[in-house]
Amino acid sequence: MRTAFADEITKLGVEDPRVVLLSGDIGNRMFDDFKAQSGSRFLNCGIAEANMMSMAAGMALSGLRPVIYTITPFTTTRCLEQIRVGVCYHKAPVIIVGTGSGLSYSSLGPTHHSLEDVAILRTLPGMIVFSPADKAELRAGLREALKQDKPVYIRLGKKNEPQVHSDELDHSLTLGKSTTIREGSDVCLIGSGNILPEVVSAADALAESGVSAHVESFHTVKPLDTERLSHLFERFSLVAVSEEHSIIGGLNSAVAQWMVEQPAKPGTKLVSIATRDEFLHEIGNHDFARRHFGIDAKSIKERVIEALKAQKESLPK
Amino acid sequence: MINSLEETARELRRRIIEYSHKTKTPHLGSCLSCIDILTTLYFDIAKVNPADPQDPNRDRVILSKGHAAPALFQVLAFKGFFPYEDLINSDHANGGLFGEHPPTPDHLPGIEAATGSLGHGLPMGVGMAMANRISGRNSRVFAVLGDGECNEGSIWEAAMFAGGQKLDNLVVIVDFNKWQATDRSPEVLALDPLKDKWAAFGWSTYEVDGHDVSALVNLLRNVPDGYGKPIAIVAHTVKGKGVDFMEDDNNWHYRTPNADELSAAMTQLGFDK
Repeated sequence: MRTAFADEITKLGVEDPRVVLLSGDIGNRMFDDFKAQSGSRFLNCGIAEANMMSMAAGMALSGLRPVIYTITPFTTTRCLEQIRVGVCYHKAPVIIVGTGSGLSYSSLGPTHHSLEDVAILRTLPGMIVFSPADKAELRAGLREALKQDKPVYIRLGKKNEPQVHSDELDHSLTLGKSTTIREGSDVCLIGSGNILPEVVSAADALAESGVSAHVESFHTVKPLDTERLSHLFERFSLVAVSEEHSIIGGLNSAVAQWMVEQPAKPGTKLVSIATRDEFLHEIGNHDFARRHFGIDAKSIKERVIEALKAQKESLPK
Repeated sequence: MINSLEETARELRRRIIEYSHKTKTPHLGSCLSCIDILTTLYFDIAKVNPADPQDPNRDRVILSKGHAAPALFQVLAFKGFFPYEDLINSDHANGGLFGEHPPTPDHLPGIEAATGSLGHGLPMGVGMAMANRISGRNSRVFAVLGDGECNEGSIWEAAMFAGGQKLDNLVVIVDFNKWQATDRSPEVLALDPLKDKWAAFGWSTYEVDGHDVSALVNLLRNVPDGYGKPIAIVAHTVKGKGVDFMEDDNNWHYRTPNADELSAAMTQLGFDK
């Protein structure tokens, strides 16, 4: 997703003279093309994220469309008050991009993990939270984000993730409307962000066990596509929501809150697949980290099979 | 011109103190220490137009020390951004606009940034100055900071960035009244030598008596100053300036005047009731 972001923002920088790219001393050589084509609108803001975020708000209030790029904890929680006051309170159309989200930078340790960013940012009034599944969703969503007159948070994974959509370059999406990845009939797998390739693998594994899984990308966590949720909860008796994020406050929380707000409690069972309320102090690669938290494809499949079995057993004989 | 600026500042002091008495709005000492600076900026220096508050080519004034909002409200009303009656008749209990900090620009014309959480206004101003450069505008940005506010790390992040980018369209004026909320500012954190700090961060620096309107005018009419750097002006001020029993008494950071104190203050300012 990282390289697709660099490529797409370079194009957007040429197309739209309001676009300014602010980097927190990261992305060595990654933005060479942007610099070559729109050099006066690239700023290395140094390792000073609070200033970078407030500056972006000031630029947005002066008619520009700043896009901030650095590692997720530093572009979110590090400068949270600057996002809250400078960006959201002023309704400043700043695009905040976090890279290496979730456990992408697993070996860098918890300082560089981000398992609470969605929870925190979605509480801020007016903030759109966009968590693309792959390069295709990222490219399309970034273009859509620039059309919004609002703050947008974009949660990127790393580079070379498996592709979920077949059409990287001519994909389209609407922020706030989910995208169907695969049709299925027995169970619904909802995912958000960089966990989607694992969800698709889980769907493949379920198919081998004779379970037909529908896969839906909720790339926009806020605003939540409640219309689509209603439809999916009517259609399926089991919905598993996967995210590379804490069980507290992310997509699972948003869906659960929506569920209890429904006039008639839906009969559908929600299976929440997310990270536990703990820091990961053991070092390992991304797959290790996902296995540790039970959010990898195999764990998703097992949780779904288990839940299906429990549902079958609870049926009146 | 200078005489009329001083007269304007005297009238604004009267209005600020009356407003504090009437609405029980605090931070009077902070308002009175920066009112000569704000008066100079709004009535002589900054190109702002109440008839077109969103003119993209305007100069921008940011009150980074947002708790002096009551001073800013009076200045903006006097300048004609909104009717004085709106300000003095604002309902402080049931949904008025004029609180203890500036609201966002879309809620009140003339405001450039909602400040009050310290350390936000200057970095936003740096973004505006940078935007002026990118968009090819000659407009300037003036940010009024508190000395206590210079405790915030974000101020120095912004100072380094502006110094590095040589943003000569940006001016900081530090209202150096030697107090923060609960203590002498130079004794809480190592603020001194304040002018040298800004110089070390790559700024063109000046010191001035922040109540000497003609000195402020002379300095500020010379912006940009030709050195190709952002400009920092350390303005030495007195908290509560203009009323002897408020001057340099930090109780007036929170206190509001009672009827007797209001009357005494008016007499001192030459407004006999």
